[in-house]
Amino acid sequence: MSNTVQAEPGEKLEFYDVVSHEHTVHGSTQIGFWLYLMSDCLIFATLFAIYGVLGANFAAGPAPADLFNLPLVAASTAALLLSSITYGFAMLDMNEGKQGGTLAWLGITGVLGALFLGFTLYEFAHLIHLGAVPQRSAFLSAFFVLVGTHALHVLFGIIWLVTLLAQIWLKGLIPANQIRVQCLSMFWHFLDVIWIGVFTVVYLMGMLR
Amino acid sequence: MSSDIWTFIFGRLSWDVIPYYDPILVGTFAVVLVVGLGIVALLFKHKLWGYLWHEWFTSVDHKKVGIMYMVLGLVMLVRGFADALMMRLQQAIAFNGSEGYLNAHHYDQLFSVHGVIMIFFVAMPLITGFMNYIVPLQIGARDVSFPFLNNFSFWMTAGGAVLVMLSLFVGEFAQTGWLAFPPLSGIENSPASGVDYYIWALQIAGVGTTLSGVNLIATIIKMRAPGMTMMKMPVFTWTALCTNVLVVASFPILTAVLTLLALDRYVGTNFFTNDLGGSPMMYVNLIWIWGHPEVYILILPCFGIFSEVASTFSSKRLFGYTSMVYATIVITILSYLVWLHHFFTMGSGASVNAFFGITTMIISIPTGAKVFNWLFTMYKGRIRFELPMMWLIAFMFTFTIGGMTGVLLAVPPADFVLHNSLFLVAHFHNVIIGGVLFGIFAGINYWWPKAFGYKLNEFWGKISFWCWVIGFWVAFAPLYVLGLMGVTRRLRTFDDPSLQIWFIIAGLGALIIAAGVAAMAIQFAVSILGKNKDWDTTGDPWDGRTLEWATSSPPPQYNFAFTPIIYDNDAWADMKKRNAQHPTQGFRDIHMPRNTWAGIVLAGLSVVLGFALIWYMWWLAVLSLAGIVVVSIMHTFNYDRDYFIPAEAVVALESKRHKPVPAGE
Repeated sequence: MSNTVQAEPGEKLEFYDVVSHEHTVHGSTQIGFWLYLMSDCLIFATLFAIYGVLGANFAAGPAPADLFNLPLVAASTAALLLSSITYGFAMLDMNEGKQGGTLAWLGITGVLGALFLGFTLYEFAHLIHLGAVPQRSAFLSAFFVLVGTHALHVLFGIIWLVTLLAQIWLKGLIPANQIRVQCLSMFWHFLDVIWIGVFTVVYLMGMLR
Repeated sequence: MSSDIWTFIFGRLSWDVIPYYDPILVGTFAVVLVVGLGIVALLFKHKLWGYLWHEWFTSVDHKKVGIMYMVLGLVMLVRGFADALMMRLQQAIAFNGSEGYLNAHHYDQLFSVHGVIMIFFVAMPLITGFMNYIVPLQIGARDVSFPFLNNFSFWMTAGGAVLVMLSLFVGEFAQTGWLAFPPLSGIENSPASGVDYYIWALQIAGVGTTLSGVNLIATIIKMRAPGMTMMKMPVFTWTALCTNVLVVASFPILTAVLTLLALDRYVGTNFFTNDLGGSPMMYVNLIWIWGHPEVYILILPCFGIFSEVASTFSSKRLFGYTSMVYATIVITILSYLVWLHHFFTMGSGASVNAFFGITTMIISIPTGAKVFNWLFTMYKGRIRFELPMMWLIAFMFTFTIGGMTGVLLAVPPADFVLHNSLFLVAHFHNVIIGGVLFGIFAGINYWWPKAFGYKLNEFWGKISFWCWVIGFWVAFAPLYVLGLMGVTRRLRTFDDPSLQIWFIIAGLGALIIAAGVAAMAIQFAVSILGKNKDWDTTGDPWDGRTLEWATSSPPPQYNFAFTPIIYDNDAWADMKKRNAQHPTQGFRDIHMPRNTWAGIVLAGLSVVLGFALIWYMWWLAVLSLAGIVVVSIMHTFNYDRDYFIPAEAVVALESKRHKPVPAGE
């Protein structure tokens, strides 16, 4: 799909493409998925904006310093960041056509994602146990929804990953599956980037408040 | 005990939510039932269900999806317009102590649902329909980038419309105005099902809109025919690109903010509540950060339609193509910098209001440049006053005045006087009817022969045109006057008898528009059913300039047997000028996407999910959500998504292209 056709003066022009270069089936998938990610990014942007505006409205309830346990958050952050690295290894193996290695690294990625999800659930349960429920104050509403939306995305990513494991198992690393692995890769790294924002804005800056 | 079971199964759904006590709604329901059953019976009688399912509902052909969008938009236009007529009647008679014929409960739903339907389920489907149908043809593509997603997007939009229509007969719709500001839309002040219908209808339709935005951007970026650089794209495609950038960059905000409102209502969070640290003004800010780009989402494609119409019917190139493109891009960017002008009265302070007032006024510069471009395109052109051209002229006249009243409203001190007055109502109807609807009507008359192979009836088209244009001014000029006198919007009854005459005039204007709607329906009926169709055998009835006219009318499902190669703007005019010959041999198999049932099934499950959430039927919500997940995963296991149209079939189709239409048709 080159866009470099030039009309020379006096040249006999071809107005119809008789030699055909059919566009590839997945030619638009990456940009389409990238655009979807940007739209998802705006959902997070909205939630960050909400947190920025309402995050200090404690309504005489608990504040970040009363609630957050930084070592725990550091551990869950480590799990998620590590999962991005293991996903990278899966991509390397896929590019070399190693199906077993791809499956193994994707599996490890999924386990690390599940570990992260476990940390989040544990934290939520702990906060609810303390009485710091989402209904308590605008700060807690914003906190639970921002972190919860990210966690839901990780859950969605894990479901997708398991589906993809089955599909690679059944069909092998065919082009249709390769493009899916690439899209999930973008999704997974995107969640990492979002988490770095959450970690910084919610936890680190929250502890300074 | 039995009431517990009832509550478990049906949530808060009960016989009491059916408005059998309201004769207007019962009457409407009876009419809808009779007409609906009649259509269903006819479809059974003519055995059309299979045809509809295979050829339309499951079709991933961008042209069929586009037509389905248009049908949805036109049907909903009738509903939204009926609401408008009811409001005009109420306001014309509710004087001198009369309560009119609508109670407050009903009237408040009317003005809310009118706005929601007209924006989300009339204007959006109609422009999306055009973009779907025309953009791939204009860029010389076979289909959109993601054909399945396209079908799914349509059905999600239709699903939202289904929920809104359902609210008429089961429960109620929001009584909050079309943007449902909290705390009024919070659970304390709106405990019934109305706001929940609003939230879930828009959420379901919003998914469709966002995905169709992604789809069309990817299509325009990746699927252009060889030679079509960005600055050789038709202007309609340019405006479609900018509109879809706006869609992708603004609808997620609506999704997020409506989710938060839903959480406030369902879970009891405190985002937009008055206590425990919530901030209702945050909602107003966020929803207008979506809401202002939304109005440019609607108008930009119409600017594109008018650009095509202006150059085609002036038989010359569009004046100032480059400036038109840059004006579109500038409007796209500026539309994000003006949202606060919707609530200058919030009290953000003089500096903030001044900033947003100035950015608002700046938008009128690129818009003005466009108007001058259209005028200069017409200047010394060989103008043909066909219907699309008439709509263009009515648009330039009407929209310019609407734009000027908008600049007036952009002055914060003036806005403090006019905020929420009928002047504002007159202004935005002036730009949305005069801009968006007139553009859509121009587009329907312009592209109808492309989609169906014959022109629309001109006589009834002209009657419709004059009724719409005159009716619009008779209906809305009085609202400007009333607004300047200080009458606020959304009032049900009035105390000052001297105002009544203006409302009666406005009501008469609405009746004239009703005649325009009827004339348009007759125009379609006469054109579709009439014996003497104005057949277009060339594929190019208007002496068009862009690539959609380079193929037959209606185009074959693959659009172009040979992908065109582009050397200049107005590619088809260039090809005609240089006498390009369509190849007569060398046809090859054409690679096409397969139909799929997944889109309509997923959207149907989403409607069930929305309904379950509205009525607190939690088991059904869980079940339908699980259904959505399972069907989505099943769909990803289907790898057999495309097929080839054999070259012989292409030859057969292409050889029919220039055959005359059989007599008697």
